[in-house]
Amino acid sequence: MSFLLVQALSGLATAATLFLVSSGLTIVFGVTRIVNFAHGSFYMLGAYLGWSLIERFGTTPAGFWGSVAAAALGAGALGAAMEAGLLRRLYRSPELFQLLGTFGVVLVLQDVTSWIWGAEDLLGRRAPGLKGSVDILGQPFPLYDLMLIGLGPLVLGMLWLLFNRTRWGTLVRAATQDRGMTAALGVDPARLFTGVLFLGSALAGLGGALQVPREAVNLHMDMAIVVEAFVVVVVGGMGSLTGAFLASLLIGQLQAFGILIFPQITLVLVFLFMAVVLVLRPHGLMGRAEEIPPTTAASLAPPLSAGAGVGLWAALLLAGLALAPLAAGDYALIVLTEMIILALMAASLHLLIGLGGLVSFGHAAWFGLGAYGAALLVKHLGAPMPLALAAAPLVAGVGALVAGWFCVRRSGLYFAMLTLAFAQIVWSVTFQWYGFTGGDNGIVGVWPPPWAAGKAVYYWLTLALCAGALALLRRAAFAPFGYALRAGRDSALRAESVGIDVRRHQWFAFALAGSAAGLAGGLYAFSKGSVFPTLMAVPASVDALVMVLMGGLQTVSGPLAGAAAFHLLEAEVMRVTDWWRLALGLVIVALVLLFPKGIVGFLADLRRRG
Amino acid sequence: MTAAPLLSVQSLEAWYGRAHILTGVDLTVGRGEVVALMGRNGAGKTTTLKAIMGLVESRRGRVALDSRDVSSLPPHRMARLGVGYVPEDRRIFADLTVEENLEVGRQPPRPGAPAWTPEKLFALFPNLAEMRGRRGTRMSGGEQQMLTLARTLMGNPSLLLLDEPSEGLAPIIVRQMADAVRRLKAEGLSVLVSEQNLSFAAVVADRASVIEKGQVRWTGAMADLMADEAARRAYLAL
Repeated sequence: MSFLLVQALSGLATAATLFLVSSGLTIVFGVTRIVNFAHGSFYMLGAYLGWSLIERFGTTPAGFWGSVAAAALGAGALGAAMEAGLLRRLYRSPELFQLLGTFGVVLVLQDVTSWIWGAEDLLGRRAPGLKGSVDILGQPFPLYDLMLIGLGPLVLGMLWLLFNRTRWGTLVRAATQDRGMTAALGVDPARLFTGVLFLGSALAGLGGALQVPREAVNLHMDMAIVVEAFVVVVVGGMGSLTGAFLASLLIGQLQAFGILIFPQITLVLVFLFMAVVLVLRPHGLMGRAEEIPPTTAASLAPPLSAGAGVGLWAALLLAGLALAPLAAGDYALIVLTEMIILALMAASLHLLIGLGGLVSFGHAAWFGLGAYGAALLVKHLGAPMPLALAAAPLVAGVGALVAGWFCVRRSGLYFAMLTLAFAQIVWSVTFQWYGFTGGDNGIVGVWPPPWAAGKAVYYWLTLALCAGALALLRRAAFAPFGYALRAGRDSALRAESVGIDVRRHQWFAFALAGSAAGLAGGLYAFSKGSVFPTLMAVPASVDALVMVLMGGLQTVSGPLAGAAAFHLLEAEVMRVTDWWRLALGLVIVALVLLFPKGIVGFLADLRRRG
Repeated sequence: MTAAPLLSVQSLEAWYGRAHILTGVDLTVGRGEVVALMGRNGAGKTTTLKAIMGLVESRRGRVALDSRDVSSLPPHRMARLGVGYVPEDRRIFADLTVEENLEVGRQPPRPGAPAWTPEKLFALFPNLAEMRGRRGTRMSGGEQQMLTLARTLMGNPSLLLLDEPSEGLAPIIVRQMADAVRRLKAEGLSVLVSEQNLSFAAVVADRASVIEKGQVRWTGAMADLMADEAARRAYLAL
């Protein structure tokens, strides 16, 4: 009994931190309508700043709490700077650009943090005056955690006062409902938004600094917390503070007790919970229907045209690629093989985004599922390569069929969040199910049989399979299926009123894209000889999005060029510098700043000016 | 006699995407004057007001306030210069109470423009006084229309851009709105009001500008428009 009580209390302490971070995220989202990936980075920076300050000044209670406050303010200032430098230019952009832009900041801050503080985990000082523990029904419970439990409601109360009893808070609530009208009444939106980013990021920084006495500060804190905070915000209802509080409490308890019952799949539990809530209460616990931001992906994509002579160009390109092994060396062939695999991956994602208007933030899950499906067959059943390669798209396709059933129930940002959640489920199962998947160590020794071991033969095999799959995807884009998908993208309502089952088409598109990505994953596994959980992690999904973005959404061939350019860039940058995250992050930020309305919007603007 | 008008609009053009909505609007509003912007549905009335306020992204042409060029100012700067915008679709902050809605509109008093307080506005719109703590979701259309006008007045504007204030309202409320506009004129406010309702315009306006296919086709005294049946048939009749 007392054990359960202590477990519940520690769940409450977790919930307090979770609430601090997710309240900031939900406030920022409410006003800016941007899902800020960099929010987790401000949490991480709050922790690192807090660690440094506490090491120096944290021997007295005043020094400790002063350090925590200073770290929060520092994170807030950084958030305000990001608003002024980046977000301000993206408010009218499609969500994809906003998400990518903030993810670029994540990458940059990861490398900057690692450069300043190093890659080692840092253990912080415990809070002076709160080092001991109290007895609760005979079980010891840390004083510090007890303080955290009290802090959650306190912060909620202070935020409530701020939003309901001050002019600034009233303006923020007004802007949350109608930015344009608020501006027309004389409120400078830029200043308001900078203030909101400051507040939100400071809350994240506060959450981070408060973790210093509890756990080691490390470079993985950012993604771990931001994904959890996404779940909290989506479960609670985007933009709702009380919803975030409620969801934090529930998820805190879920984690505290989940670890007792299913220690293997604690990570999965949280995402399953989110999926269930979204199916039962589509707008979250406290969210409202009108708060769903409309999807703007459609504005990115003008009508596709089949184009004359495409077949000729494709045949020429294919012939050129088929002849490449005559001239290219082994290294060049390896790079080319990977490029072709990534092109299929990008094209399958493009099917969802460009044709379906469905921005998936978890497409790497299906790539990874294909790769693991093939690798596991080889490892556990000794399956031959052709069988494993045939299984890869099947495994990924079935996975995407299951996840897609949930995901297509929502559109816009919620769709993106759901795909992210499912990708995290797939990733965490792979990561935690050590006995079956090898966890962090991955699976090695997945090589092609002798007949296909030569680089040229494997290259030809990849080329043949990928070209076939690409032809199939293209065929789908210009078949009635593709037209129906585009109709649903441009106006779901009108498409449905002429008798198109939009959701069903989107569902099949999701499965088709997933299985194409799975084939790419299977080919990738044999080309590398190994698979690791990073194949399906969030950064891999973002890589795919960057490829699609670089190629432009307006053509079916765009993703192929984008994948080629991206892979070359990545390979070259990683060869010359260890700071590839910094470089990639800057490239992403530059891309979204240069083309804030997408490449098509940019061209349209040029035309208008010209 | 030829003092510069408070608002002067020259060759104002506006686009939504590729659609060219305003092809060249010219109009003026003098100090203390109420000008009705008349025209059929889709003629460009709402877009004209939005383009003046800076709420249309693609626009071209000259807008001058008090002889100062304000063509490229964002909406919040226009509001701070004393231009009050009252949208047709009201856009009440539904989660905020009546008093909070007014608070969002509050700006410092401006020389040369009447200064408003919630108390003064509650005297002008007695219905609102009875529901200070009520949220926007729980108000009737007429009450919302009054609140949206009151909210804009909290910014102490010298020029009011009033978009279709009588649309969709019960006749008794329309009469109250017309009274309110005349009281505002008496306080010294200048008003550009877009209207389809000819009798409403006839009651409140000094002059009229009639817009058709994105251009002003007829300008003159309101009384002359009422007398000119040919012009009304050409530009206003359905």
